[in-house]
Amino acid sequence: MKARVHVMLKTGVLDPQGAAVQHALGSLGFEGVNDVRQGKVIELDLADGTDEATIGQMCEKLLANTVIESYRIEVL
Amino acid sequence: MKAAVIVFPGSNCDRDMAVALKAAGADVTMVWHKDADLPDGVDFVAVPGGFSFGDYLRCGAIAAQSPVSKAIVSHVERGGYALGVCNGFQVLTETGLLPGALMRNAGLKFLCKTSGLKVETQASAFTEQYAAGQIIQNPIAHHDGNYTADADTLARLQGEDRVAFTYTHNPNGSVADIAGILSENRRVLGMMPHPERAVDAGHGGTDGQPLFAGLVGQMTAA
Repeated sequence: MKARVHVMLKTGVLDPQGAAVQHALGSLGFEGVNDVRQGKVIELDLADGTDEATIGQMCEKLLANTVIESYRIEVL
Repeated sequence: MKAAVIVFPGSNCDRDMAVALKAAGADVTMVWHKDADLPDGVDFVAVPGGFSFGDYLRCGAIAAQSPVSKAIVSHVERGGYALGVCNGFQVLTETGLLPGALMRNAGLKFLCKTSGLKVETQASAFTEQYAAGQIIQNPIAHHDGNYTADADTLARLQGEDRVAFTYTHNPNGSVADIAGILSENRRVLGMMPHPERAVDAGHGGTDGQPLFAGLVGQMTAA
């Protein structure tokens, strides 16, 4: 089975990289880009039957730093 | 004083740290990250700067899962002293030994220059040989030094006098200009600037010397 973990900076945490991308899109002439947030996507190839709680522990212990990041698990 | 300097793949300030500690009178052992135990009788552990594990995933995240990191956590839980500089600070926050996190610099640039620091508290082995409020000069060299913590954590750090150093001119967006913080028992210091790169006239400054002298002095007395 496969799972995809999306890691994003928490709402309210300033994202300077996202801001730089937003600025660059503006420079290219794209109007109306109100905000850009940049994150990570991590794809996991897992033993069949791995439960979502275990993937949650992987996120808590390593894949995300929950001080600044939130995560979302997508089982594929 | 018996000191251990941790070496991860990608550490690059480990030998500078050992030189600074030896110059202050410490007996230094280098410890490879795969060692699950620290040498017997170690009083102090230094986690040096660099790019442990290539900064993969997040700065310090992989190093924090190394066997030696578990030994560092046990050492600190027993009341041992520890210093994390730059990547070492990132590793200590990733292990949970220090609160908060280090994010990408607000200006996105890698910063490599000398920075003014204000000594915010004298109440620690690391800072007792400075005067409170003293301005010192230390090199900084980092891409991810933007210290952040939630409002409660920040209030606790400030209320408990645990901000060790602040920047005189905030280079990286750190909340409340924070450059270094202490643990609750004041025996763990994490800081982005490099005191070990300011311990010899040949470095262009010796403002890092009192930090190491204070540390070695405290532990030799104890």
